Amino acid sequence: MTMIFGIPIQALLGQLLIGLINGSFYALLSLGLAVIFGLLRVINFAHGAQYMLGAFVALLLLQYFGINYWLALFVAPAIVGIVGAVVERTMLSRLYKLDALYGLLFTFGLALTIEGTFRYLYGSAGQPYSVPSLLAGGTNLGFMFLPIYRGWVVVISLIVCIGTWLLIEKTKLGSYLRAATENAVLVQAFGVNVPLLLTLTYGLGAALAAFAGVLAAPIYQVSPLMGTNLIIVVFAVVVVGGMGSIMGAIVTGYMLGIAEGLTKVFYPEASNIVIFVIMAIVLLIRPAGLFGRDA
Amino acid sequence: MRTNLIASLAILLAGSTAALAQSASDEKVKIGILNDQSGVYADFGGKSSVEAAKMAVEDFGGKVLDVPVEIVDADHQNKPDIASNIARQWYDTEQVDAIMELTTSSVALAVQALSKEKQKINIVTGAATTELTGKQCSPYGFHWAYDTHALAVGTGGALVKQGGDSWFFLTADYAFGYSLEEQTSTYVKSAGGNVLGSVRHPLASNDFSSFLLQAQSSGAKVIGLANAGLDTANAIKQAAEFGITAGGQNLAALLFTLAEVHGLGVEAAQGLTLTEGYYWNLDDQSREFGKRFFERTGSMPNMVHAGTYSAVMQYLKAVEKAGTDGTEEVAKALHEMPVDDFFARNGTVGANGRMIHDMYLLQVKKPGESDEPWDYFNVLSTIPGSEAYIDPAKSGCELVQ
Repeated sequence: MTMIFGIPIQALLGQLLIGLINGSFYALLSLGLAVIFGLLRVINFAHGAQYMLGAFVALLLLQYFGINYWLALFVAPAIVGIVGAVVERTMLSRLYKLDALYGLLFTFGLALTIEGTFRYLYGSAGQPYSVPSLLAGGTNLGFMFLPIYRGWVVVISLIVCIGTWLLIEKTKLGSYLRAATENAVLVQAFGVNVPLLLTLTYGLGAALAAFAGVLAAPIYQVSPLMGTNLIIVVFAVVVVGGMGSIMGAIVTGYMLGIAEGLTKVFYPEASNIVIFVIMAIVLLIRPAGLFGRDA
Repeated sequence: MRTNLIASLAILLAGSTAALAQSASDEKVKIGILNDQSGVYADFGGKSSVEAAKMAVEDFGGKVLDVPVEIVDADHQNKPDIASNIARQWYDTEQVDAIMELTTSSVALAVQALSKEKQKINIVTGAATTELTGKQCSPYGFHWAYDTHALAVGTGGALVKQGGDSWFFLTADYAFGYSLEEQTSTYVKSAGGNVLGSVRHPLASNDFSSFLLQAQSSGAKVIGLANAGLDTANAIKQAAEFGITAGGQNLAALLFTLAEVHGLGVEAAQGLTLTEGYYWNLDDQSREFGKRFFERTGSMPNMVHAGTYSAVMQYLKAVEKAGTDGTEEVAKALHEMPVDDFFARNGTVGANGRMIHDMYLLQVKKPGESDEPWDYFNVLSTIPGSEAYIDPAKSGCELVQ
């Protein structure tokens, strides 16, 4: 058996693949955060709660309306996206004129409220959500057993990430969004409804988080804590990638997933801090993040 | 002027000694329930433990020695520093007489050390490490519902008997995990098995796939999950996903209770062997408590909830027997009195503070085998207290001579 640093190469390949799978979640979540921060300049602390909401909405849709996974993949993000848009319109938009800290505090409070409510209603042990039958089972790759569902997560999250990037960088709507970030007053003067754009953006960010939540539901227990456990890591991903950089968030998400996966082989105890160590180093060397432009 | 000053100092001093005399037997008996109410162990103990404690007080009559009994509670967030601060505040300024529940071993050890220093009673039901009644034992500290040794003997023993002679551990990276891994390893080795390796994961890990892959490639027959709560539930779910259980490797969920089985669902949990000190559907006595508890909380109790009831009840009985809430007297009574209620059958308290009682080896039923909601377990056997727990004389506790 070939060995690298005392670890069989098969094990290493397996861990790399697992890192990629976890990286998919980091990428999807940090993408939503980056979109919201890039355009609204709001640090959306409710992102973890919106991710959790996505999973719970999928679970409740199944329990009460018999809506299956495939439909939930569209319906749940739509519902959470609309809720997000309503929150933005009625509450968050009032804070734009104030210091950025207020947006952060508001979304943080929102996250605590949502999570507290769900913990009260459903407890913390969570509830199971089964893998859709089409994606059940797994396949033996020789070096590891890959559950088909996890393979699906990597593929679909890559598609969604690239799709979102194209939407913002290559379409007319995306160009309005980017222009509104640069100079909202001027864009409004051209007859573009900027507040509507911002509402749509926040809704989109929330929907992306919820989409990741639906994807996560069959893997993890659907639990009110699932977002809290992840959100801090995702913030680190965004910081490493460069605040507001969309491509940076995607690439960094996958990269840090892999870095974390490798740490779990070589020194498992450090696996929950390795991302923050990387973040500290990056901030020391490139304060704007790997892909960020210097302000 | 000078005499005035001295006089006022004297008055102040007299005042404070009067206050001290009052707090030693104040007009209230106050019990603090300190546990995780919002994190990974919130269903394992959590608010339901507080409810169980209140039930015990109500069943006792709400009063002991003609003074009212009060329950206070707080969330320690699984952090020993937060827990110690709350405990110190309770003891110093809020006249709390005893602290109980104390889920999470690192927290329990910290609060027990503090209670020993402050000469106050603590009864642990939620934490597992045998250190509590071993090297770090306290004359005022008691350990009630279960411990890592009982889990190793129960679940570990059952799997070794079924032929699981090679083990790999997934261990939560703190006091509880180490203690559970070490004791199960010792037990497996003494039964002729061997331990191929272990990997330590941070508390509240979401994703166990990396660790599970390492366990899978070790080729061990049994993968011992030396963790608890949501961590164990996630590990079991993901082990099924990675074809580990289908591949012939067995999972040993060393600390798994009714609350986690309910969360995971019988479909995913079926066939798992586990050890608890209480099962609601055991007999009429346990069912009676289970149903009353269900009416108040909406869920059936596990051994932590039932154990907390038992601990509060026994504490109140001890206060009554001692005729005071003074720590020395109550601790003496707790050590002497046998424990016999719906929770503990044939219970005695060792000199190291360990409450020794029968444990149950349980197996999760298959879907469709359950007769009613929450009817999740078949009772495989009763483990006598003397087998389940370390003999106090061999516990390493300096109080046993």
